[in-house]
Amino acid sequence: MIKVSGLTKDYGARRAISNLNFDAQQGEIVGFLGPNGAGKTTTLRILTGYMPPTDGEAIVAGYDVVEESIEVRKRVGYLPETVPLYTDMVVFDYLKFMGDLRKIPNVESRVDEVLDMVGLTDRAEGYIGNLSKGMRQRIGLAQALLHRPEVLILDEPTIGLDPGQVVEVRELIREIGKERTVLLSTHLLNEAQNICDRVLIINQGKIVAEDTTENLQARLIGAERVVIRVRGEADDLAKTIQQVKGVQGVETKPDGAVEFEFSSGKDLRPEVAKKVIGSGYDLLELRPLGMSLEEIFLELTGPDNKKK
Amino acid sequence: MRNIWTIAKREYDNYFSGPLAYVVAFAVLFLLGIYFALIMFFTSQSAAMGGPAPESTPLNWLFVFLMIFLSPALTMRLLSDEARMGTLELLLTAPIRDFELVAGKWLGALMFILTLAAATLVFPIILNNFVQPSIDWRLVISSYIGLILVCSALLGLGVGISAIFTNQFAAFFTTLGLFFFLWFMISLPAGLLQGGQGGEVFKYLSLSSHFTESMNNGTIKLGDIVYYLSLTALGLFTGTTAIEIRRWR
Repeated sequence: MIKVSGLTKDYGARRAISNLNFDAQQGEIVGFLGPNGAGKTTTLRILTGYMPPTDGEAIVAGYDVVEESIEVRKRVGYLPETVPLYTDMVVFDYLKFMGDLRKIPNVESRVDEVLDMVGLTDRAEGYIGNLSKGMRQRIGLAQALLHRPEVLILDEPTIGLDPGQVVEVRELIREIGKERTVLLSTHLLNEAQNICDRVLIINQGKIVAEDTTENLQARLIGAERVVIRVRGEADDLAKTIQQVKGVQGVETKPDGAVEFEFSSGKDLRPEVAKKVIGSGYDLLELRPLGMSLEEIFLELTGPDNKKK
Repeated sequence: MRNIWTIAKREYDNYFSGPLAYVVAFAVLFLLGIYFALIMFFTSQSAAMGGPAPESTPLNWLFVFLMIFLSPALTMRLLSDEARMGTLELLLTAPIRDFELVAGKWLGALMFILTLAAATLVFPIILNNFVQPSIDWRLVISSYIGLILVCSALLGLGVGISAIFTNQFAAFFTTLGLFFFLWFMISLPAGLLQGGQGGEVFKYLSLSSHFTESMNNGTIKLGDIVYYLSLTALGLFTGTTAIEIRRWR
């Protein structure tokens, strides 16, 4: 459904993305991960027909994004990063307007349908300007779903939502992704893990890794990091933990917790727990820290990686 | 075409959700009303001494004159504000052509002006009750055709300029400056180059002469229609190009 080859975009002298190659099949949810300024939004904008690439080719739903831009736009649902909305419009009227632009038959009943999908039926008559950020996000999503697009492109779809809504929206995306192609960008690894079949990691305009979420994690996570908290002094605790063989990178945090890590595959948590309790501490918390995207990036692009 | 209509309809409705359109409508109708009262007063004075019958065309002249100053306010935010708020991204990823977007904005503004112009029809209708056998309706029609053509050109240029800017006030002042130049200043060299062919060119370029000297006097010439339609097309073309340039940036 999406096929990108050699995609390059320059903003003046600055190269935003360089020679990207990837594809996405029907019924696949592909995550696009990267830090700010990595080129995620630029890539998505090219795929939606918003701007043409400097070089390379992108085929979306069977049409070229430059040559047959209108055909591509008919088949793509797009949720931009900032969720631009007409704040002086009523929710229903706004969605009806977007539906009219896409020439949806029986647009009014379809608007009711998508409002129900994103759980905003009771706000249909309210002004967009009076809605919270999370609700606006959901209106943006409703707008992207209106015309039952073959390809759904979502730029940071769960940003600004409260945890309950995040779960709902992810559920919705997963549902849509069963039949359609979904390409979403995020900088949350757990989000990618949660909903994506496949992940592309992009940094400085280049794809640095592409794999299924499980493989990626197994490959990238060389060490597991754990946070531990006890009743008592963190500094003394750090010294105690240090004595356990295999423990590395012990760090005391300002809030009194201590973090440490060990090579993955060799879980040292039981030993650390025994040691801590044996030393007379009251253990309050022992919890693994998920590896953040930033850490994956350090792993992929940092100096250690280059040495290998 | 349907896309143009969809954009135009939203824009037309949008005018009535803010104060600006009401301010413009009030200013126009208030000043026209006062002017109308003055016309009635003076013609009734002179009619007693066998003066000419009153005309409604001076009112249309005032309408057009006011539009030089007010129409930039109607067009300033049409596209610049979409760019500022980011909603342009939605429109540019919807299956509509850039020209349809620009033309839709222009049509929405024109529909608002037409509504306002329709409200001013009350003046010739009132006037007709005081004149025997009746006022010259053909003159009124010619005058209104001229009025619509001038407004079409003004709004076309205004939309085009609005597409260039992200700041609506920059668009407002640029548009106002251009209209001022085209209305008052571009014909000035004509006076200096009297007799020569060069003078005629500058006179032809003037926004005011085609209206005040022909259509508002009851003569419709092809050259005048072409002039205003060309300006409209130029404005819409500028706007479409500006949107395309935005895509490439």
